Amino acid sequence: MEFDIIFGNAARAAFGPEAVILALAAIGLNVHFGYTGLLNFGQVGFMLLGAYGTSVSVATFGWSLWVGIPVGLALCVALALALGIPTLRLQAVLFAIVTIAAAEILRLIIGSTDAIDLTGGPLSISFDAGAFYDLNPYAEGPQVRYGVGTFAFTGQQMWVITVGWTLVALASLAVFLIVRSPWGRVLKSIRDDENAARSLGKNVFSYKMQALVIGGVIAGLAGVVDAIKTSGADPNGFRPQVTFFTYTALLLGGSATYVGPVIGAILFWFLREWIESFLRQLAAEAWLPQSISDPLSGSEGVISVGMVGLALILLVLFRPQGIVGNRTEMLIDDS
Amino acid sequence: MWRLMRRGTALLGFVLCVVFACVGPAAAQSDDGTKADQDRADQDHNTAGDSDGTAQTTLEGTIRLGFDRYIAGVEITVTDQAGAEIGRTATGAEGRWLIAVPDAGTYLVTLDEETLPDDLGLREGQETTVETTVFAGMARAVVFAVGETPKTTPFGERFAQRAFTGLKLGMIIAMSAVGLSLIYGTTGLVNFAHGELVTFGAVIAWYFNTSWGGLNLVVAAALGLIVCGALGAGLESGLFRPLRRRRLGVFQLVVITIGLSLLGRQAIQLFFGAEPRPYVDYQVQDRWDFGPWAVTPREVATVATIAVVLAVIAITLQLSRFGKATRAVADNTDLARVAGIDVNRVVLIVWTIGAMLAGLGGIFVGLDADIDPYLGFQLLLLIFAGVELGGLGTAYGAVVGSVLIGFATEISTLWISPELKFVVPLAVLILVLLLRPQGLFGIRERVG
Repeated sequence: MEFDIIFGNAARAAFGPEAVILALAAIGLNVHFGYTGLLNFGQVGFMLLGAYGTSVSVATFGWSLWVGIPVGLALCVALALALGIPTLRLQAVLFAIVTIAAAEILRLIIGSTDAIDLTGGPLSISFDAGAFYDLNPYAEGPQVRYGVGTFAFTGQQMWVITVGWTLVALASLAVFLIVRSPWGRVLKSIRDDENAARSLGKNVFSYKMQALVIGGVIAGLAGVVDAIKTSGADPNGFRPQVTFFTYTALLLGGSATYVGPVIGAILFWFLREWIESFLRQLAAEAWLPQSISDPLSGSEGVISVGMVGLALILLVLFRPQGIVGNRTEMLIDDS
Repeated sequence: MWRLMRRGTALLGFVLCVVFACVGPAAAQSDDGTKADQDRADQDHNTAGDSDGTAQTTLEGTIRLGFDRYIAGVEITVTDQAGAEIGRTATGAEGRWLIAVPDAGTYLVTLDEETLPDDLGLREGQETTVETTVFAGMARAVVFAVGETPKTTPFGERFAQRAFTGLKLGMIIAMSAVGLSLIYGTTGLVNFAHGELVTFGAVIAWYFNTSWGGLNLVVAAALGLIVCGALGAGLESGLFRPLRRRRLGVFQLVVITIGLSLLGRQAIQLFFGAEPRPYVDYQVQDRWDFGPWAVTPREVATVATIAVVLAVIAITLQLSRFGKATRAVADNTDLARVAGIDVNRVVLIVWTIGAMLAGLGGIFVGLDADIDPYLGFQLLLLIFAGVELGGLGTAYGAVVGSVLIGFATEISTLWISPELKFVVPLAVLILVLLLRPQGLFGIRERVG
């Protein structure tokens, strides 16, 4: 059992591009759920549009990457408006169902053979992200690694995560500033008692819509980072469970806190990769039953995602405020 | 009440046996095509798309119908944009073809439709020539969507056939939806893990059908349903009843069921595997011709069984003491409690029956398409659509809504590509929420 490898892998996942993507998605979700109380279960739809908006602009239309990114984010604004106008007045559970459905509709359409000329359909789309990597200040090369042991990144990855964590910091700062303002206090009052906010003359619908747009754009940014990281997008990467992972990260760190989503995303990937690495090591030393340790079966991934489900249940039951949260800020007894 | 439930279980098992017995033994000669769900024909992308490390630039693909019919001898031609031929090949035994191209660029790939077997053709709207771009050193997969409905079939006949498939899908959704709707009605819980109950039923029956004794599917299904019922009862008494006592909010409950859904699906995948697998029995059957309909005996059995089960449920809800108690609890739990109804027992039975119905739905899905861990989750959104269309919390509404959703889903494939058919119910779901949030049969409630 080589724990240095396990911890190295876990640390790499915790600070790598996946954690950046999850952190951005969770920051967006925090605006929706943590501060406004919107049960958005279609967060992955925003990530999908961010990723595909960028990829399609560059790969299909041949535009510059710096045009593609705003296009992706603009699509997220459009999705928020299209989703919000009909559904923000619904009960919380119905809103949850609609948002899941909407994200699935997008994934099915973008991943269909009919869309093959535009989005690559069921095949993944790939584009040239050179415009981004040309700016890379880190030295690159087949042997160049930054870090120690398995906790190491290539020059390209270093550039992605440098920009990525900067975006995370900026998004967190932006959320901090807007939530601290009078506008943010209205959001929280809507979360705590929608009717009270309404009776004070606040336009609840409009505030919810603004929150949906802001959180959606931040999630779209997560999609953009994902697209740049892989130089493309694949419809299978945007299944509903991505949204559930985002909830897990948010609840783990602490909903309705400024640093909660970031801590949650880092911990989520650390624990997930730790478990997977640990299981791989167990399998290598033949301490697992054959059916589970078959190296081709990818069972460690299956188990770690199952653990996410278990973690969600336990978190909600025993520590709904997460690591840094405040229990009174949680949506405990909404009808 | 326990006696009543036992009687209900026995009745269900009996109905199943009778209907399956009518189906008769499996006939061995004819290949039944509906088994291969058409929309899977297009999903053979990733296997071909991965580059294996060689730097050769290739175009490749697999011509197949679903997962069980790979079509050999189909001629594929690749030309460059100027029209010069780069290569020509025919698909091999596993439907595979591969043509190396000299350079990155855009090429035209043409499938010779004449070389397809007579009963197959490219799906409507599909061109025989596809333009594709390949990057240097990459393998680019090219998809030709092959369908089995020949274009010569008259529209009326295709409509009738789709309508039957839609009815079958709708009834499967309906059966699963009744449980979801009753659970919501009696406890206010929207169970996102209901899809995993569906999968669980299909998978448990598969084990009884194969590795745990190789029982006949009818027996395996009956045993599987007992396990499903036990699981439902266990979830209620072990998890959801204690949770109700803690008076959790909507959000907590939704997230807990989502967590359960993830946990359940992954557990199933860990033991069952991700590969789709079929049942052993009733796979190859001769079709019966009824005018415009050509249906397999197992499809008739599916529809008939579900019709009987739903009728039994309706009669039980309407006439029996348990049914009245259920409706009373759904109407007003507190009033029901002061009227002397044992609410927890009613909910326990609702969970047991709901889980059995979901499991039976899964078995019927598995009978027609292979079983995989995502089977139930895919159905879940359709179940939501059906329940919401009918009106959340109304059992009869859920049935009508689900059947309509089934029709809409299948009939839409007359005009749109089958892989997009699941967009239809989701779009209906959103439209209903927009225009009539209480559903067709629900009572309007003012929100916000």
